[in-house]
Amino acid sequence: MKGAQVVPALARRALNEILRVPGAAIPGVLAPTVFMLGISAVFGNVTQLPGFNGLDDYLAFVLPVGLLQGAGFTGAATGVNLARDIEQGWFDRLLLAPVSRPLLLAGLISSASLRALIPTTTLVAVGLLFGVKFPGIVELLIAASLVMLLAACTACWGTIIALKFKTQQAAPLMQIGSFVAVLFTAAYAPKQMLQPWLKGVATVNPVNYVLTGVRQGFIGNVTWADTWPAYLAAFALLTVLASFAIRGLMRMGR
Amino acid sequence: MISATLALASRALTVALRRPQYLMPMLVFPSLLLAVNSGGLSQAQNLPGFPPVPSFFDFQIPAAISQSLLLGGVGTGIAVALELELGFFERLVAAPIPRSSIVLGRLLAAAAIAAVQVTWFLGLGMIFGHGVADGFIGALAVYAIGCTAAVGFAGIGLTLAFRAGNASSVQGIFPLVFVVLFLSSAFFPVDLLTSPVNEIARWNPLSYIATGMRAPIIGYGGTKAFLEGLAAAAGVAIFFGVLATHALHRRLRMG
Repeated sequence: MKGAQVVPALARRALNEILRVPGAAIPGVLAPTVFMLGISAVFGNVTQLPGFNGLDDYLAFVLPVGLLQGAGFTGAATGVNLARDIEQGWFDRLLLAPVSRPLLLAGLISSASLRALIPTTTLVAVGLLFGVKFPGIVELLIAASLVMLLAACTACWGTIIALKFKTQQAAPLMQIGSFVAVLFTAAYAPKQMLQPWLKGVATVNPVNYVLTGVRQGFIGNVTWADTWPAYLAAFALLTVLASFAIRGLMRMGR
Repeated sequence: MISATLALASRALTVALRRPQYLMPMLVFPSLLLAVNSGGLSQAQNLPGFPPVPSFFDFQIPAAISQSLLLGGVGTGIAVALELELGFFERLVAAPIPRSSIVLGRLLAAAAIAAVQVTWFLGLGMIFGHGVADGFIGALAVYAIGCTAAVGFAGIGLTLAFRAGNASSVQGIFPLVFVVLFLSSAFFPVDLLTSPVNEIARWNPLSYIATGMRAPIIGYGGTKAFLEGLAAAAGVAIFFGVLATHALHRRLRMG
């Protein structure tokens, strides 16, 4: 089997689960939706603060946070599914197949990237329903591609944890990684309004740049200055996490 | 009945302490959210109508306690549902003990775990915030409301476990924890919530529970807020304690 066939086959297998067990996708959609609507309903009046520079739609401001959380849940689900495959012995059979191990990872992360479009579509639809202004096609494509990249990153994280602990009981560790990465950013307020310690964390957190890239189209215009750092941060994070995941795969069973 | 209740509560506590992975999410997730909320929205205390508070972090502590206690309720439900799935419950029912002690034991254990949860967050308040403004008596007030509310939230978990009979269904209510939280004034003053959440929050007992715990922490709201919080927590505890007992009897009748 060639690489060009392996990756789509593995991605298709992972995506089949959505068709066979549709309920499994619900938490990954429901949780960020509840979080997004809840945060905007509770903290909506903070836009009266001067730091928001006249932005009056807080839902538009937190919608991108929900999109990244959806990517986080998707990546964690990929890790949990891999841990289940390891527990049940299916992954051992996959390792015996005449397929290079980086291709196995490519299959996993491509399925996560595609699967991330489910919460993305739902959250954008819910946001539009609740009055968020349509950002535009190009803006949406940029947001969706960054969300897919982040889902690939979180899938790598899930894979690293699954390969390390080899049990589904490590699921909270997979979730907490993306939870921290997404929320320890300018998630709730513009960076200049954050407390100094959080501002410092957000400055070194690559996900903050991804968030800025996703958010720009929802609260204003897309600019090159906000776009290239987002892609650079996402690709850099993916490179680092993927190399650790490949290292784990190479060590598996040896 | 008292000795059976105490024995079952002790067993539930031992099992919980042996598996810290079940306890940790109740402390870790609310602590992280507390850090993010207070670090991200600290300037919200400058909004017109925001009550005078030592810091936004102190204002958020009752929200973190409420979230932790709600997660504790879900955890109790999952633990009981697992006992149902694994067959331990059958042996418990066959034992010569009053059936109500099965529910009471779990509720008592939830109250004891709640004391640990409240201690954790008051400790964070002392380290990163300004402590409890009303001092030792104020801290006792927070424990009183927190432990009573935890009994009610555990009652919700028990009711769901006895009705559903499986852990995954109880686990499925996890997002609802956030719905209940967001539809209350746990995170933000009720007058500053957006409409219609502000109207719903006025009817949500969790608003009174959180405000009751907040009053002694920030030193604003006085005895009235505390008494309302305690009454709301007691109401939730009695209502869901009775509901859980009914659900247990229903399960036993249906076999």
